[in-house]
Amino acid sequence: MSQHKSQKNNQKNSLFNRELIQQSLKEAWSKFHPRSQWQNPVMLLVSLGALLTSAAVVQEMLAGRAWGFTLQIALWLWFTAYFANFAEAVAEGRGKAQAESLRKMRSETMARRLKNGVESQVPASSLRKGDVVVCETGDVIPGDGEVSEGIASVDESAITGESAPVVRESGGDRSAVTGGTRVISDRILITITQDPGQSFLDQMIGLVEGASRQRTPNEIALNILLLTLTVVFVLAVVTLKAFAFYSEQASGLTGPSNVSVTVLVALLVCLIPTTIAALLSAIGISGMDRLLQRNVLATSGKAVEVAGDVDVLLLDKTGTITYGNRMASAFYPVAGIRTERLVEAALLASLADETPEGRSIVLLANQRYGLNLDKPAELDFVPFTAQTRMSGLGEIRKGAADAVMRYVQGLGGKIPSDLQNLVDGIARKGSTPLVVCDQQTILGLIELKDVVKTGIRERFEQLRRMGIRTIMITGDNPLTAAAIAAEAGVDDYLAEATPEAKLARIRAEQAAGHLVAMVGDGTNDAPALAQADVGVAMASGTQAAREAGNMVDLDSNPTKLIEVVEIGKQLLMTRGALTTFSIANDVAKYFAILPALFAGLYATQGQQGPLAALNLMGLATPQSAILSAVIFNALIIVFLIPLALKGVKYQPQGAVVVLRKNLFVYGLGGILAPFVGIKLIDLLLAVFHLV
Amino acid sequence: MAFSDWLQVALFILLLLAAVPILGEYMAQVYQGQKTFLSPVLGPLEMGVYAVAGVNPSDSGDWKKYTQGLLWFNALGFLFLLGLLLLQAFLPLNPQKLVPMELGVAVNTAMSFMTNTNWQAYSGESTLSYLSQMLGLGVQNFVSAATGMAVMVVLARGLAGKQIKTLGNFWVDLTRSVVYILLPLSLLLALALVSQGVVQSFSAYPSATTLEGAQQVVPLGPAASQIAIKQLGTNGGGFFGINSAHPFENPTPLSNFLQMLAILLIPAALTWTYGRLVGSLRQGIVLLAAMGVLAGSSLGLSLWAEFGSNPALGNLPFLEGKETRFGIVNSVIWSVSTTLASNGSVNAMHDSFSPLAGGLALFNMMLGEVVFGGVGAGLYGILMFVILTVFIAGLMVGRSPEYLGKKIEGAQIRMAALAVILPSAVVLLFTAMAVLLPVGLKGLNNAGPHGLSEILYAFTSMANNNGSAFGGLTVNTPFYTWLGALAMLIGRFGVILPVMVIAGQMAQKQAVPASGGTFPTDGGLFVILLVSVILIIGGLTFFPVLALGPLVEHGLMLQGKVF
Repeated sequence: MSQHKSQKNNQKNSLFNRELIQQSLKEAWSKFHPRSQWQNPVMLLVSLGALLTSAAVVQEMLAGRAWGFTLQIALWLWFTAYFANFAEAVAEGRGKAQAESLRKMRSETMARRLKNGVESQVPASSLRKGDVVVCETGDVIPGDGEVSEGIASVDESAITGESAPVVRESGGDRSAVTGGTRVISDRILITITQDPGQSFLDQMIGLVEGASRQRTPNEIALNILLLTLTVVFVLAVVTLKAFAFYSEQASGLTGPSNVSVTVLVALLVCLIPTTIAALLSAIGISGMDRLLQRNVLATSGKAVEVAGDVDVLLLDKTGTITYGNRMASAFYPVAGIRTERLVEAALLASLADETPEGRSIVLLANQRYGLNLDKPAELDFVPFTAQTRMSGLGEIRKGAADAVMRYVQGLGGKIPSDLQNLVDGIARKGSTPLVVCDQQTILGLIELKDVVKTGIRERFEQLRRMGIRTIMITGDNPLTAAAIAAEAGVDDYLAEATPEAKLARIRAEQAAGHLVAMVGDGTNDAPALAQADVGVAMASGTQAAREAGNMVDLDSNPTKLIEVVEIGKQLLMTRGALTTFSIANDVAKYFAILPALFAGLYATQGQQGPLAALNLMGLATPQSAILSAVIFNALIIVFLIPLALKGVKYQPQGAVVVLRKNLFVYGLGGILAPFVGIKLIDLLLAVFHLV
Repeated sequence: MAFSDWLQVALFILLLLAAVPILGEYMAQVYQGQKTFLSPVLGPLEMGVYAVAGVNPSDSGDWKKYTQGLLWFNALGFLFLLGLLLLQAFLPLNPQKLVPMELGVAVNTAMSFMTNTNWQAYSGESTLSYLSQMLGLGVQNFVSAATGMAVMVVLARGLAGKQIKTLGNFWVDLTRSVVYILLPLSLLLALALVSQGVVQSFSAYPSATTLEGAQQVVPLGPAASQIAIKQLGTNGGGFFGINSAHPFENPTPLSNFLQMLAILLIPAALTWTYGRLVGSLRQGIVLLAAMGVLAGSSLGLSLWAEFGSNPALGNLPFLEGKETRFGIVNSVIWSVSTTLASNGSVNAMHDSFSPLAGGLALFNMMLGEVVFGGVGAGLYGILMFVILTVFIAGLMVGRSPEYLGKKIEGAQIRMAALAVILPSAVVLLFTAMAVLLPVGLKGLNNAGPHGLSEILYAFTSMANNNGSAFGGLTVNTPFYTWLGALAMLIGRFGVILPVMVIAGQMAQKQAVPASGGTFPTDGGLFVILLVSVILIIGGLTFFPVLALGPLVEHGLMLQGKVF
């Protein structure tokens, strides 16, 4: 969908690079700091377990007992904790790399501050809200602000990746400028609107780096669930010691218990949901990161999550649903005129017309009627003006119906009787009629149609399957709106939309329980953007709009909204899938560890006890069984890092289909995978005589 | 299994399912305050209760007010029953001149009946006066059941309500539960039981001379009325010590069949009622289906285990500890029903079941008494699992999780998690304590894994408010009575309070209309999910201890070793 895929984006698609890995490996160590461990209680428990087993190694060494097994358990527990840190570090590292490139461009900027009419050079970082700065051709804009005077073209490629410059002017809807972009012509005064460290970019950098990342409501809820499971397993494991003690007594086992502290810690770590706990923050950060890769800045992680819940999209017609430019689609001669004559005249009138409409007329004449003409040298081009509302070549004109009619009447011509009917007919279809005349003779009409983007209809069908309703917002009259809505396949439309009507519509949808997302750019969009659950402001829009929304699209591409919703959904899906996987894994781990602990209970001479039957995987020895489970538990984190960063495969389908697929892969797969994995590790351990 | 056995199982299931829509629809009318066909008769009684109690039935409060009423009512009920048990020697209707109950046992008993557990650390006929039985236990049999139903109704209202604050009036829900549902059904069942020969008498115990010339006292009492509500209200506290294995409590195959049916009747029908209350019958039927899947598997497995043979006893079926009048099928249907439904009445000794069937009875309770479960309690219990299921699986469709259109957030997860883990935590911790302490082990009659199962069963039964006993464990010692009382208290209110909080929170939420992107909670896929989550959470919590109890015992039995 995105035609805005820039070079920059493509580079980012590789998940890992050597530098990132090295940096993250280092960074992972510092995450053993109690302060960051405290953030993730499940992994804190793993670290504590590692510490405890390490102490057990020392104790066994001092007591002169065999300590090889305990050492291996301790090491793998440290690895488990380390891998979790690494996952987070990688996600943050990827975000940082992105943020770094954003930050670089403004770190050393000097600003020309205007105070009481006097200009002085100050570092950009010292600018405060309300300061006025001057930017001329070649200057880098020192901070987010609003053009308070003048008009300039600005190169925003540094943040959007788009090479075409954009116009920014005071007043109106295109007054906002972003720090780090460059003025390439003219001179403007900019009123700075953000204190240092407060700008959108600063906020986003904080979010992707993880520094100012706050847990989202859904993450908090999931964390509670993970903690609950952890508590359950702590209870199960702690009380297991008591039950084991009773059973050992009852079966007359003397000597050291199989159920040592090391083994209990190993069992606990295997059971608590370490997989999802280790990857949870990486999933969240990479969700933000995916947004950033699409050049969308979000003010909070919550906004991304809400995007996944959105079930009503308010989409602007122009630019999102239609190409924005009207295009010629048909010629209608008036009675008594041959079509060829009309087409020829229309073509001639448009040959020198460089507007998209003009070009589309030439194209239509070429393609539909095979007509190819060169501009006659002797005729002059008559450009379009706001006064005449016509353009043409020599005596041939095309333009708005009333303007051309007045022109023809002025020359003494007659208005054909069927003209008004044709004009009305075209207007009713939602198209714009252009009347063509040659001197005082009216030849006919060109229909300019709002062309619906290719593929958008399918896109809306997908959205409908996902349970998302689309509402087209347009300033057109209801007739036109209805025609385009039907063609584009939106579910509903809001015609003659005023900012108030938009706001009212959002409120009405929300009152019915819907979550609404919308895109806006103008100042008058601000209330609606603020009211919407997800408000994506165009970077080209006004500062007011950007502050009201909770996301900014640097590309100013309204279609982006759909992608934002998909990213939100994918984020939630990834979380759910890995949680399910993590819990489902536990089944196999029980079957690995419990027989290892209890096979000796109630054993008769030379035979194993009845619980040896639980050793479904046929693991070699109790020690290799426990170690295999611990190793599997640690390695699965590493294996799943790419999935956490990329997100689970997203399909735009209904909930039932998606659920069935994910359940099959992550639920059933989650139950079966560890059986295979643990068995394989057990075989390897036996081959290398590690236990 | 003989053909007649199959036939009976089929008949049992069919009759139960047939009753669900009829009773479910009726109860929905009752809780929505509509007129029922019994209103002309019972309406005046209902109004009379309000007049006497000074209740304004049109008052409606928020969840806090509702909970306050509920807690006060239960606390006073507890104190009243405790007083009655301690003072029964000085009160009327005590023809046997029974002495006051010992304090620990009395506290345990009062707690037990207040919490709808009906664990019995005493033997009814030798300990309780008729007054204690009727005014004490009998009344609690009704109101503890009604309390559970009221909580379930509030939760349904909370889930269905659209941004509301008030959830109803506890006194009204309580009264209507008793007057319109429990009383008429009990009356019906009691009459049927009397017709089968269940005793209903206020005389002193007569004495008889046996053929050998020995004197035998024959205990009597107002049993039929007590038994009806004991079965219907998932109470389970028997009139006589050996519960429904006693010929005066359960004399004929028909009385046995009716009593079994009565165990599951209301819990099953409430799923239908729930569907009506939340405005989508399918939502209720899905719960019934999930319960049915779990119950069916449990029944099938238990029957398979019981009809298996015991190598230690010369490969005979497991008939020890069963009434020969009932045989294996009836004993197994009963044991499965009673442990699933938090009823706790028995007609056979679970202690003597095959290790696997005994283990299944244990596991049924360990699931948190949510498969049918206590009247009302089972339904609000399974809804806690529904919330957890929706949360875990709901994320996988790419929306933040919602149930009935309402978002499930941190606050609800916290409460649902509490409700699910509190009883389990009590089971594990208290059992661990008992197997480590001499006072805990002192009451054991059996060694080895069977001993572990006995203790485990006791605390599982109490903490999940079931009340059935495995047997083989002396539980009237202070250790078991006091710790047991605490277990029952936590098991009951550790669930009710979170449920009430959730009801209050959900009521105020805005509901999102369902769409193609909504996680469906009314289809077959959700049944599978819900069943899996219940099994996995229950299984992961208790698998280790079950391995050391029933599973290892099963293995040993195959080797010819029994305990």
